[in-house]
Amino acid sequence: MIPELGHFALILALLVAIAQGVLPMIGAQRRDAALMAIARPAAHAQFLLVAFAFGCLAWSFATADFSVELVAQHANSQLPLHYRLAATWGSHEGSLLLWVLMLTGWATAVSLRSRNLPAALLARVLAVMGLVSVGFLLFLLFTSNPFLRLIPAAPEGRDLNPLLQDPGMVIHPPMLYMGYVGFSVAFAFSIAALLGGKLDATWARWSRPWTTAAWSFLSIGIALGSWWAYYELGWGGWWFWDPVENASFMPWLIGTALLHSLAVTEKRGTFKSWTVLLAIIAFSLSLLGTFLVRSGVLTSVHAFATDPTRGVFILVFLAIVIGGSLTLYAVRAGAVGGGAGFAPVSRESLLLANNVLLVVACASVLLGTLYPLFLDALNLGKISVGPPYFDAVFVPLMAPLVFLMGVGPVASWRRAELPDLWTRLRWALAVAVVTSLLLPFALGRWSPLIAFGLFLALWVIAATAALVIQRLRQSPQPGLFAKLAANSAAWYGMILAHLGIAVFIIGVTLVKGYEIEQNLTMTPGQTVRVGDYDFTFRGVTPVNGPNYSGFAGAIEMRRDGKLREVLRPEKRIYNASGMPMTEAAIDTGFFGDRYVSLGEPVSEKGHEGAWVMRVYIKPFVDWIWGGCLLMALGGFIAMTDRRYRLKVKDRIAAMAGAAA
Amino acid sequence: MKRYLFSAALATLLAFAAGVLAQSNPALDARLKKLEEELRCLVCQNQSLADSSAPLAEDLRREVRALADQGKNDAQIKEYLVARYGDFVLYNPPVKAITWLLWFGPFVLLAGGGVIWALVLRRRARRGYDDDDLPPDPRAVDAGVEKARELLDDPRA
Amino acid sequence: MKALRLLLPLAVFAILVVFLWVGLSRDPREVPSPLIGKPAPEFRLPQLHAMDKQLSTSEMKGQVWLLNVWASWCVSCRIEHPLLVELARTKVVPVIGLNYKDKNDLGIAWLQRYGDPYSISIVDADGRVGIDWGVYGVPETFVVDKSGMIRYKHIGPLTTEALERKILPLVRELQNA
Repeated sequence: MIPELGHFALILALLVAIAQGVLPMIGAQRRDAALMAIARPAAHAQFLLVAFAFGCLAWSFATADFSVELVAQHANSQLPLHYRLAATWGSHEGSLLLWVLMLTGWATAVSLRSRNLPAALLARVLAVMGLVSVGFLLFLLFTSNPFLRLIPAAPEGRDLNPLLQDPGMVIHPPMLYMGYVGFSVAFAFSIAALLGGKLDATWARWSRPWTTAAWSFLSIGIALGSWWAYYELGWGGWWFWDPVENASFMPWLIGTALLHSLAVTEKRGTFKSWTVLLAIIAFSLSLLGTFLVRSGVLTSVHAFATDPTRGVFILVFLAIVIGGSLTLYAVRAGAVGGGAGFAPVSRESLLLANNVLLVVACASVLLGTLYPLFLDALNLGKISVGPPYFDAVFVPLMAPLVFLMGVGPVASWRRAELPDLWTRLRWALAVAVVTSLLLPFALGRWSPLIAFGLFLALWVIAATAALVIQRLRQSPQPGLFAKLAANSAAWYGMILAHLGIAVFIIGVTLVKGYEIEQNLTMTPGQTVRVGDYDFTFRGVTPVNGPNYSGFAGAIEMRRDGKLREVLRPEKRIYNASGMPMTEAAIDTGFFGDRYVSLGEPVSEKGHEGAWVMRVYIKPFVDWIWGGCLLMALGGFIAMTDRRYRLKVKDRIAAMAGAAA
Repeated sequence: MKRYLFSAALATLLAFAAGVLAQSNPALDARLKKLEEELRCLVCQNQSLADSSAPLAEDLRREVRALADQGKNDAQIKEYLVARYGDFVLYNPPVKAITWLLWFGPFVLLAGGGVIWALVLRRRARRGYDDDDLPPDPRAVDAGVEKARELLDDPRA
Repeated sequence: MKALRLLLPLAVFAILVVFLWVGLSRDPREVPSPLIGKPAPEFRLPQLHAMDKQLSTSEMKGQVWLLNVWASWCVSCRIEHPLLVELARTKVVPVIGLNYKDKNDLGIAWLQRYGDPYSISIVDADGRVGIDWGVYGVPETFVVDKSGMIRYKHIGPLTTEALERKILPLVRELQNA
C-alpha cells in the first residue's frame, strides 16, 4: 500500500509540475497576476508530494519490504537500519528521486525567500524549475519507477553495494545533488531574465546567493566523495580523474567562474550576457553529468547500472533543456547590451582572466573525458585518457589562475595601477618566494614541483594577508573590532574561500611530494620501518559484522620506540553479495595520515599467517579536504551578507533617506 | 557484457588470490609503480594496473616485472602491452594524429581565450572608464541602505 | 558577426549531442584487438587430455581454425558452450580450446559435464599465452586463417547472431580463399 501511495504522489507531483511549468509562464507573458500566483503554491505542493513519495520509499527500505523490487535489489534484512535508509538513494531510481526532491526543495526555498522579487520574475523562475522537474518526473515514472512491485515478493533482498555501506557515502550524494540541483536556481533566473528581457545588477544580486549556496554544497559533495575514495577504496588515492569525478568537477569549475562573473555583474552591471551563459552552462554540465553516469557511454569506477533506454531518454531531455536554453540565449542575449568600460588593468579585467582560465580548464576536462567516446564514435579506435593527461594539462592552466587570485582582490574596480599593485603586493611576493624556496629543505627534499606548489599556496596566503592588513589599516573606524566589523560577510567569505584554495594546494603538493608507499608481505611478529615509523604485524583475527565476516589485522605503529597506535585494517566479505572489501585503518593527524590496508593472505610454504599489505605515509593529506571545507564555509558565510536579505522596500526607504 | 566480465573477475579473485612475495628493490619498485599507474587494467571499470586487484592485473604486473628484470625500459614494456591490447592500455595516450586535438586542444583554447580576453579589454577600454554615467556604486548604496536599516531597526532613532 | 558568436554555444552543444547519441550504441568496454590482420602469436602448449603431447600454432597452418578461450571458473562460458557443441557437430571448422588459468582436473570434468566441442584442448595454466593473444575477458574467440593470420576476434560469450552473421560467413570465405 505504501509504495502505491508513493507512486501515486509522484504522478500527482508530475501534474502539479506541469501546472507550475506552464501556467505561471503564460501568466508572466500576459501579465496575468492570477496565473502567476499559481507558481508559489504549486511549488510547495510539488515539494510536499515528492517529499511524501520519498518518505514512502524510505519507509519501504526501513521496513525491508522485499515486495518492492528496488528494495529487494538494494537491501537485505541483515543490513543495519541506517544503511537501509541510506540505500533509499543508493540506486539509480532512488538517487533520481532524491534529485527531484532537492529540485522541488530548492524551488520551495526560492518561493519562500522571494518576497522582494518582481512577480513576473518569480513566476518565470518557478515555472522554469517546474519544467525541469517535469522532465525528471517523466524520467522517473517511465524508465526508472522506484515503486515497482516484485510479484511474488522476494524472501530476502540482495545487498547494497558494500562500497556504499559507509557513513561518507551516506552523506556524499545528498551534498553533491544539493550542488548539482542548486545550479538549477541560477539557471532558472537566467532563463527568466532572458524571457523577461530584464537583466541588470539587481538580477545578479538576486541570483548570487543561490549560486553561492549551490557552489558550496557542490564543494562539500566533491570533497566527501574524494575523502570516501581515499579511505574506502584501499589504495590511498584521493582523485582519479574518473569520468564520474569529472562529471562533478566540471559544474564546479564553471560554477566558480559564475560566482566571479556574477560579482562583476552585480557590482558593475557588466558581463551580463556572459554571466547568463555561464549559469546555463553550469546547470547543463550538471545534467550532462547525470547522463554520463547513468547512460553507460563511459566506463567508470562508480557508474550506476546502465540501461540504453534511460540513456536515450536523458539525452533527449538534455537536447530539449540545454538546446532550448542556448537557442533562447542566441536569440535574446544580443539585446542585453554591453555595460560599463574598464581599464586593461582592473578588477574586471582580472576577473575576466579568471573566467577565461576556468572555462578553458573545464573545456579541457570535458575534452579529456569525452575524447575516447569521440574516437570510438568516429571508428578511430579505443584509447584511454587518464590521470597523466589531466595532470599534464590541468596544472599549467590552474597555476596562472592561482597566481591571479593573489592580485584580483587587491585590484580596484574600473582601473588599477600596476605600480600601486606592486607596492601593495611586493612583500607578499617576496615572502612567498623566499619561504617556498627554503621550506622544502626543512621538509626533507627539494624539488622544483614542490617549491612551485608551495609558492602558489604561500603567495595566496601572503597576498590575502596583505589585503586584510591594508583594508584594516585604511578603515576609518576606531578600534580593531569596529574595523573588522566594517567589512561585509561576502568579503570575509571570499577571504576564507581563497585561503581554502591555498590550504588545498599545500595538501596536494606535500602529499604528492613526500608520500611514502610500501607494498609489504609481513609475517606475524615482523617489524618494518616505513618513513619514521615502525610497523609490527601482530597477525589477524576473524571479525563478524552484522552482514559481513572477515579478518582484522593488528598492526602496532611505533615512533622512536613508543607505541602510537594499533591499526586494525579489515578484509571483509559481504554475506549477500560475496563481494570482498578492504577497510583501511588510518591514523589521522594534523600533519598527515598513516594508512594501512590489508591485501591478501600469502599461501606459500614458510610464510604461514603472512599477509600482503600496503602501508602509506601521507603527509598533510587531510589539508586537501580541509581546504575544500574552508571554501564551502567561505561560500556559506558570503551568503549571509545582509545585502542579500534587504527588501526592496527597505532599499527604497534607504535611498529616500539618503537623498533627504 | 559487463556482468560476465565482472563475475569472471570475482570468481577468480578468490581462486587466484595468492600473494607474491615482493623482492626488495626500492628503486625498481618505485619505477614499476609509476609505470603501472599509467597502465590501464583491462577488466576493471576504470583502474590502473597499480591499483587493481583483478587477476589479470596481477598477471600483467608480474609480466611487467619480468620484462623489467630482462632489462626492458618503460617504453619497451609499454610497446609490449600495446602490441597485445592496443592503445587502450595507456592512460597517457601517445601523441599522434588522432590525439592532436586531445593534447593541443586545451592550449589552443587557452590561446583563443587569451586573444578574446585581449580583444574585450581593448573594447572595454575604448568605452571609457572615467565617465560618470555608471550605475551607482552598489557599495555606496549598500552603505546607505544599511545605515538606514540600522536607523529603522533602532527604536531610539 | 555578433549573431554568430551567440550561436556558438548552441553549435558546440549540437555537435556534442551527436557524439553522445552515437556513443549510446557503443560499448566502452569492448577493446578491439590490435592483433587482427597480424600473425597469430606462437604458442607451444600441452594438451589437456594428453599432457605429454603438445600443440603449436604452426601445426595449424594450412587450415582455417577457431581458438576459443575458456575456463571452468568462467560463468559465462557456460552460456556460449551449447553453441560451440552445436558448431562442433557440424564439423565446419576445427575449434581449439584454450583452457585459460584453470586446473586440469576441473577443466576435464567441466568438459565431461557440458560436452567437449574442441578438436584439441590446450592448457594455458599461468595465462602467459593468454597475454600474448591479448585475452582480457574470458570467453573470447579468435578466427585464424590458412596462413596463420588472426582475422577476427569475438569478445564475450558467442551468440547465435554473431556466429551466423559474422564468424561462419568469414570462415567460409577464408576456407574458399
